[in-house]
Amino acid sequence: MEHYLSLFVRSVFIENMALSFFLGMCTFLAISKKIQAALGLGIAVIVVLVITVPANSLLYTYLLADGALAWTGIEGMENVDLSFLGLISYIGVIAAIVQIMEMFLDKFVPALYNALGVFLPLITVNCAILGASLFMVERDYDLAESTVYGLGAGVGWALAIVALAGIREKLKYSDVPVGLQGLGITFITVGLMSLGFMSFGGIDL
Amino acid sequence: MSTKIKEVLFKPVFDENPIALQILGICSALAVTSSLKVSVVMCIALTLVTAFSSMLISIIRKQIPGSIRIIVQMTIIASVVIVVDQILKAVAYDISKQLSVFVGLIITNCIVMGRAEAYAMKNPPIASFLDGIGNGLGYSVILLILAFIRELFGAGKLFGFEIFTVVNNGGWYVPNGLLLLPPSAFFLIGLLIWALRSWKKDQAEAPDFKIAPNSSEGEAV
Repeated sequence: MEHYLSLFVRSVFIENMALSFFLGMCTFLAISKKIQAALGLGIAVIVVLVITVPANSLLYTYLLADGALAWTGIEGMENVDLSFLGLISYIGVIAAIVQIMEMFLDKFVPALYNALGVFLPLITVNCAILGASLFMVERDYDLAESTVYGLGAGVGWALAIVALAGIREKLKYSDVPVGLQGLGITFITVGLMSLGFMSFGGIDL
Repeated sequence: MSTKIKEVLFKPVFDENPIALQILGICSALAVTSSLKVSVVMCIALTLVTAFSSMLISIIRKQIPGSIRIIVQMTIIASVVIVVDQILKAVAYDISKQLSVFVGLIITNCIVMGRAEAYAMKNPPIASFLDGIGNGLGYSVILLILAFIRELFGAGKLFGFEIFTVVNNGGWYVPNGLLLLPPSAFFLIGLLIWALRSWKKDQAEAPDFKIAPNSSEGEAV
């Protein structure tokens, strides 16, 4: 249990997707002007990550890893290594799950569907989602670990984007030099946030 | 070289820079720039992927049905990235280890997808190829500037060769460790955008909120 808790805390604070790995930056900067929108997107990212990371973990363990096909019992299968197909399979799984989720939400939870709106399809091309799956493979997480990691990575990303949106809502009333307005000052703000998050670096659970 | 080709190739470098103006593909721009060698490899990989995926998509652009074009583009891009990834693993294994997941993340790099959707779907293969190279160059310029500053002042080295002798080796230069840490990349890009927008004034953004002038002398001082 403690192991999972430590993994969760680490993925939320210390290895924050947005602020220490720079993943999902495009959406992070584009959709952080309003807290409301940032929160909706953050929740969508959490949900998608919790589903896709374990799904890709299963896919990797039972289909793609070196010798993973041995369970089929067919002779010679234990020598098959399909790991080079990883990238295309993960992105396919992500796109498919996002699509299914969109249809599911549309039918059964229309309120949430309307709230998420255009963000849902955008999530497919969010590098935080693909990045989490790739990190999961690189670090050899098992199914339970990858679920916890997916949740943690999502919560960390959501936390960062909501915090940035809060700052930007106030920031628009400040007198910023012309060339620095908009994108420039946002980068500096994110840099300061990232510096703040680095103070979690020493935590060892 | 005719002017049209020149325009397609070099316009994205300063006038429509994918990173500084269109905020595309920033993820990797920040993560891999702490060392110049890794950045160069990343730039080459991204430029090739953008160019070839644009060209391939452009070849079959008339056959792709509009409703499923995103997934078709995604598949083509993912296949090109897999090829690049495999080549890197075979030729430069150390660097591919250092790049870790970021080669794979070229798939979701918005520059590649953005060019496929915005340019390759409407233009012939050769032009799309050049457009891909141009945007890759625009991306590379920013990446290399960042990596140059970060490695030179952060570690006193360029491409791993010592330029400034650091204090630990009996030299005079005290390396600025902050430049090797993630936050510095954000600051540097912010400042770079500021510089670019002061030079090309039309790229500056209009303020969301206009601050009223002081109503009386000496207010807010």
